[in-house]
Amino acid sequence: MQPRSIHSKRFLLVLAGTLLVAVLALIYGIGRGQGILGGPAWSDEEMAMLRSLWIGSLPPLPPDPSNAYADDLQAAAFGQKLFFDTRFSSNGQVACGTCHQPAKLFQDGTPLAHGVGTTSRRTMTVIGTAYSPWFFWDGRKDSQWAQALGPMENPVEHGGDRTMYAHLIVKYYRQEYEAIFGPLPDLSHLPEHAGPLPDEQIKAAWEALPEADRQAVTHIYANMGKAIAAYERRLLPGPSRFDAYVEALVAGDRQATRSTLSEDELAGLRLFIGKANCTQCHNGPLFTDNHFHNTGVPEAPDLPEDRGRGLGAQQVLADEFNCLSAYSDAGPDECAELRYMIAEGDELVRQFKPPSLRSVAARGPYMHAGQFATLEDVLAHYNRAPQSPAGHSEIQPLDLTQEEVDQIIAFLGTLDGPVNAAPEWLNTPRIATSVSN
Amino acid sequence: MTKVSITSAPTLRASKSRRWLTWVAAILGGLLLLVLAAAGWMVSQMNYVPADLNTSTTLMTEHGLYSVSYAPQLDAIAINQIHSWTLHVETADGQPVENARITVDGDMPQHGHGLPTRPQVTQYLGNGDYRVEGLKFHMPGWWIVQFKIDTGDQTDQVTFNLMLRK
Repeated sequence: MQPRSIHSKRFLLVLAGTLLVAVLALIYGIGRGQGILGGPAWSDEEMAMLRSLWIGSLPPLPPDPSNAYADDLQAAAFGQKLFFDTRFSSNGQVACGTCHQPAKLFQDGTPLAHGVGTTSRRTMTVIGTAYSPWFFWDGRKDSQWAQALGPMENPVEHGGDRTMYAHLIVKYYRQEYEAIFGPLPDLSHLPEHAGPLPDEQIKAAWEALPEADRQAVTHIYANMGKAIAAYERRLLPGPSRFDAYVEALVAGDRQATRSTLSEDELAGLRLFIGKANCTQCHNGPLFTDNHFHNTGVPEAPDLPEDRGRGLGAQQVLADEFNCLSAYSDAGPDECAELRYMIAEGDELVRQFKPPSLRSVAARGPYMHAGQFATLEDVLAHYNRAPQSPAGHSEIQPLDLTQEEVDQIIAFLGTLDGPVNAAPEWLNTPRIATSVSN
Repeated sequence: MTKVSITSAPTLRASKSRRWLTWVAAILGGLLLLVLAAAGWMVSQMNYVPADLNTSTTLMTEHGLYSVSYAPQLDAIAINQIHSWTLHVETADGQPVENARITVDGDMPQHGHGLPTRPQVTQYLGNGDYRVEGLKFHMPGWWIVQFKIDTGDQTDQVTFNLMLRK
């Protein structure tokens, strides 16, 4: 009996051994490729990706040739006052800062923005937008200053009009305005309310004005936008724990590399740049390609159909304040984004701009109309990849396990960071109440 | 003595059958190892580009009519930065191709999406050089950019591969 049992044992030993090696080979192969194993090393490709996401890869602030005052400090200080001045609204209670609140990373934390009424879109943060060629979820504006002018005339946001704003500048900000933009024209003969708005009365008053008056008023209006943009340009994202991790990796600081992110966060990072394919849209140091994508995000209940970029592309081409407009300071050669943009096509339907993911965990709810309350809801959507309500979704189901979903959410938390701006830019400035002159 | 050495002799028949089984186990196990390792390797390779990708900036067109080369306005093409190229087109024997009609297209083969912009050839610069404006690549990875060259009597096309890192 004894020899028999020896051979059985040897047989089992060989079988078990080969199986063990095979299973290890499988785990290693897949683990390396898919990043399931929290292996100590990143491949060259992964390392290049990590570096590209690092805040250290953020290039210097790009110039805005369409705004000659973009880097003018005086204009920024004036713009900051306008940003927080609620007199620039129909009910005296709404400023840019009403929805773009410094304490909430320059957004408002609600599904839809509330000005004098309620909009049909989620407030986007202002932080880091100086790097974007397109503004709003649908890119219907192509500069920070043109963007800033949109809500001012929107009946449900600031709800004001152009002559009203021009009169307010003359009344409260004459000196500051003139120091930057030159002498204000005499506007005393102009009606209190006039502008190219849907409101019949205000529109009729506007159309009754001579062209020269309309241009003079619009010139002041455009300069308000340029001052606000000079302020907003200074609001940039600060470094996060993720950035500290990449910095440690780049510096070869093993100690810091090991202690900066938890195992779950690291696993989430591997999934983020690997299996979950998040970097297809959320790439670069701002975690956005600033382009437009249809990811099958559902319609928001009780809102009209939203075509996203499908409409925004047409709007920006027709915008009276775009890069090629008379109010832009750029030459045609400096408007490449607008001139070579994709203007039409089925693929634009329900495309929206991916927002930056910096501080994303602190910025719910999510999507263009705040459809998803939490990051769990967002990940569930991307994991399932449902068909788009209109147009074609670009995404495929991810087959992430619950553990993997949790790891990605843990990683997203490492992107929390402060606003990178001098403290004086984060305060509501003292607004002068005295009438100038 | 309870310890048994390997050479201790069982019956001849039993020994042969056990050895045979051991071999089968080893071969089956080995095959399994190969298949599983290959599967693991394939999964790990799915996100990669062809190893022999030709990223040359000078290529002959598909039918060998023209030699085409490009020079980006940027020293290194940066992700997400709109920029222009100078495209040079000459015949196979080195004569500049003048005033051709050239169209541009491109995409990312692994992602199935096209360029984020609609670049255009905007100007003939002379000496077979053309200005291409509005090129932009919004993510790192493998991109292709294709030029169709139409001289009126002949057309040909060329596809450049770009491997963008960072």
